[in-house]
Amino acid sequence: MTVHIPSALRSYTGHKSWVEAEGRTLAEVLSALERRHPGLRFRIVTEQDRIRPHIRIFVNETQAQTLETPLRPGDQIHIVCALSGG
Amino acid sequence: MARAVTAASRPRATGSVGLLIGTRKGAFILRGDRSRRTWKLFPPMFLGHIIHHLVLDPRDGRTLLMAASTGHLGPTVFRSTDRGKTWKEATAPPAFPKVPEGQQGREVGHVFWLTPAHAREPGVWYAGTSPQGLFRSEDGGVSWAPFSSINDDPQYRAWMGSVQDGTPDGPKLHSILVDPRDPAHLYFAMSGGGVHESRDRGKTWAPLVQGLDVVEGFDPANVAFHDPHCVRLCPNNPDRLYQQNHCGIYRLDRPSDRWMRIGKNMPKQIGDIGFPIVLHPRDPDTVWVFPMDGGSVWPRVSPGGKPAAYVTRNAGKTWVRQDKGFPRSNAWWTVKRQAMTADTNNPVGLYLGTTSGEIWASRTGGANWTCLARHLPEIYSVEAAAL
Repeated sequence: MTVHIPSALRSYTGHKSWVEAEGRTLAEVLSALERRHPGLRFRIVTEQDRIRPHIRIFVNETQAQTLETPLRPGDQIHIVCALSGG
Repeated sequence: MARAVTAASRPRATGSVGLLIGTRKGAFILRGDRSRRTWKLFPPMFLGHIIHHLVLDPRDGRTLLMAASTGHLGPTVFRSTDRGKTWKEATAPPAFPKVPEGQQGREVGHVFWLTPAHAREPGVWYAGTSPQGLFRSEDGGVSWAPFSSINDDPQYRAWMGSVQDGTPDGPKLHSILVDPRDPAHLYFAMSGGGVHESRDRGKTWAPLVQGLDVVEGFDPANVAFHDPHCVRLCPNNPDRLYQQNHCGIYRLDRPSDRWMRIGKNMPKQIGDIGFPIVLHPRDPDTVWVFPMDGGSVWPRVSPGGKPAAYVTRNAGKTWVRQDKGFPRSNAWWTVKRQAMTADTNNPVGLYLGTTSGEIWASRTGGANWTCLARHLPEIYSVEAAAL
């Protein structure tokens, strides 16, 4: 499946805005991303496996609340930097 | 009185100085020439990142560590081994352990404080975080692990309190100090949560809060109520510490465990509230503070809108106002705890950064001040380094 990377995280992906990753859950996809792009996961997920306060992750057009969100082949994932003040 | 000559305390008559500036929108280096009269501001590094602390490793003179986060992204540490030309991210930034499902685990909000370890421990660093956590790296900042038991100790967790008990952008562990005579002798402070000491390399810790005042109506015997803003250890007399606290300015002469409130000797109309405290690199009797208004709702700006440093040259018995060169009125400055520092030159250079984005310096030990830079983002930290 494809994952859209926000500009704030593209230093980890060689400045690619779209990357490929596989997994049956959001957690597995993020682990796959971390293997390929070390350091990326901790910037968006805490050590307690919670999505950080100003990060939103959408699967297709539905916001994922947890990393256990199931995924299907062909799903499109958007990582979004939400508003965080000036 | 025991003396220890450290790298920080050796006089450098004409050394050039680089100021390492952490701001809410990136890091900057402001480099002075050997006379410290001409300064060049270099372009921002990590523009848009929140930089709480940027520190040069005095043991090799080339490694820089930077405590960084952004408004969106989690905390990390960046490191450079070529004085800031190139940077790499830590592979394992400071993080609390993952707790089992159903338990409430802590999460590092940001890395707040960085301290190089002892001169005989090259590559070892300590980090303090928000919320309060103590971490250590043994590979030059590449990977970090929780250090000692305090992060999970029930008593320390009680003293740390909750997010609501700390400073507005999160409670912090700071002022990590290493005795230059003994790498196992350590101190740290927490806002809130008091000052603490270990003599066994962090295996055990004990509070060091005797003599410190707390906010009126609270019990000073409760360590949780103590709010040390900044604690410093004299480079060439490690038996002496100074502290700018939420409730006054203090000195501690070991082996005593009782702090003395030397801020009582400040002018009454100025008071002894503030954030930073800066020590002379060679004279343990000379200390600078930058008072803030601690009245009514605690504005935490220069009293009366008239910025001034105060210096004591007799360990706190008397204080002298130093405001030549500063604006005479309507300058409502705030200087954070990491945003005032000294170099090791002779005479000592002093440097401070304001939350309104100005860097001010004195080449004369505070006798005269000049503005080196303005229009920077909100300044969080200033370190003077031999660059």
